[in-house]
Amino acid sequence: MATLTLNNVKKSFGKTDVIHGVSIDVDDGEFIVIVGPSGCGKSTLLRMVAGLETITDGEVQIGGRRVNEEEPMARDIAMVFQNYALYPHMSVFDNMAYGLKIAKVEKSEIADRVAQAAKLLQLEPYLQRKPRELSGGQRQRVAMGRAIVRKPAVFLFDEPLSNLDAKLRVQMRLEIRALQRELGVTSLYVTHDQVEAMTMADRMIVMNGGVADQIGKPLEVYANPATEFVAGFIGSPPTNFIPGTLLGRSSDIKIGIRPEHVTISENGSLKARVTYCEALGAETLVHLISADRSKITVRQDAVLPLPVEGAEVGLNWAQANEMNFDQAGNRLAV
Amino acid sequence: MAEQTGMVEKRGVGLWLTHLGLIIGVAFIFFPIWLAFVASTVSQPEIVRPPMPLLPGDQFFENYSKALTAGINAPVALMLGNSLFMALGIAIGKIAISLLSAFAIVYFKFPGKKLFFWLIFLTLMLPVEVRIVPTYEVIANFGMLNSYQGLILPLIASATATFLFRQFFMTVPDELAEAARVDGAGPMRFFFDILLPMSRTNIAALFVILFIYGWNQYLWPLLITTDPSMNTIVMGIKQMFPSGDDIADWPVIMATSILAMVPPVIVVVGMQKLFIRGLVESEK
Repeated sequence: MATLTLNNVKKSFGKTDVIHGVSIDVDDGEFIVIVGPSGCGKSTLLRMVAGLETITDGEVQIGGRRVNEEEPMARDIAMVFQNYALYPHMSVFDNMAYGLKIAKVEKSEIADRVAQAAKLLQLEPYLQRKPRELSGGQRQRVAMGRAIVRKPAVFLFDEPLSNLDAKLRVQMRLEIRALQRELGVTSLYVTHDQVEAMTMADRMIVMNGGVADQIGKPLEVYANPATEFVAGFIGSPPTNFIPGTLLGRSSDIKIGIRPEHVTISENGSLKARVTYCEALGAETLVHLISADRSKITVRQDAVLPLPVEGAEVGLNWAQANEMNFDQAGNRLAV
Repeated sequence: MAEQTGMVEKRGVGLWLTHLGLIIGVAFIFFPIWLAFVASTVSQPEIVRPPMPLLPGDQFFENYSKALTAGINAPVALMLGNSLFMALGIAIGKIAISLLSAFAIVYFKFPGKKLFFWLIFLTLMLPVEVRIVPTYEVIANFGMLNSYQGLILPLIASATATFLFRQFFMTVPDELAEAARVDGAGPMRFFFDILLPMSRTNIAALFVILFIYGWNQYLWPLLITTDPSMNTIVMGIKQMFPSGDDIADWPVIMATSILAMVPPVIVVVGMQKLFIRGLVESEK
């Protein structure tokens, strides 16, 4: 257990800069999610912390110790890979014990630790099986077990749930979080799924094009996105962006408004045409198109009447829920 | 669909015809071997007197024990030993060297990596026969004529095997190497603990092919061994043939031929399962 500090960490491949300086202080036991679209550099950042990629500039500290030049093993980290990376010819037990064997831990100690992890992860009946005889969820657990037995200072997760089906993903998401709380190990978790980020993170880093657009608690980030990108990426369906001109304001700004903050009413200030309604049971998503062909989504309670598709309706929202962005995508103070 | 059901099961006349065809095919291939076996169990006069016998005679033990212990130039047991040593040396050596060079080419970054790969690849186009004279010169200068080193070393580098292992290593996910690194395994530890066991079936398949390749070497042993005690079995058979007016001892020659076939057959049959698995599936 330890703190983790990134100090203006940069990465370039040749002349291409992929990470433009990310800084964060992670508290002991904190669960940090790095979220962003593919190619934003989130995995690269994680791999730099792991020691699988060299650090071009800046500093990574684990437990207050600079680890830039150290091998992954020496950094006291454990990593869970997207495709689990289990050794196919080894049993579940051997997979979990391999790191300890290399570290020359006593045999009885290895057996103890693996047994403990297996119990925690409900893997006890499978210890002698090979990875190919396990289901996706079980493999995922073995990968977790391999990380746990080492009792590392930091857990690193590289999209660990993206190979699972939707239902299992929800379940494993809860399990991982519960496990991390129980063990209290500082964790860095990479995902492209904003739902995972919202539900799991103590704090999240929203990355865009190699830059950390915003770092903060999930609800803070949701309520108060720092950039147009964050507003659009976090939340599903995404924030609506309406050009200022359409609302009779400056042409330099864009107005962002969350779908749940918009209501449909006859006397609404913005006119739009209903293109499609998605009734999800508890709520309904109404897709509309405005005069300048901006797409707008409204999220409304299922008890409200469904608008007729093709009808012209008015849209209303409270001024306080508006978010203004300049043309570069930065948030403007209201 | 129609052809597919035909592939899976055939009924009635079709079935019998298929089997008949296969049996004829097997008999056709097997007949010369049968003749050799028959010839190795009869006496010399019986062979040379037409018609040739088609059923085994009563000289089995006499002929085989004569072949094994005395032979014609050298006892066959000795030649079998030489061949076995050479074939094993070539197969194991080739596999070891190819594994290591493929490991280097796939997992390490070094200057000239591409160049080295292509140099190895190019040697695929140079069979032993093309470079046999310079190789002979080198081996002779090292004083390796009539030695096991001389038999094995020049044949030990294999572009084919290197290429095969390279292709296999490239299908191993990078994450596995990274996971091993995080677990604290150095490169050689990763090689022995993870890569090698994963290549097991490929190694078995190659072993079979390379063992037979080594066993069947003819020209090279013929060139560099002059001492009958270093003869290998394949060239030994040829040397049993009479020169000039000598009388060929056909039963002993045939017994030697049959004996020469036994070790490769054992290797193929014994490793058949692994061999086929190694060729068709990649276990991941």
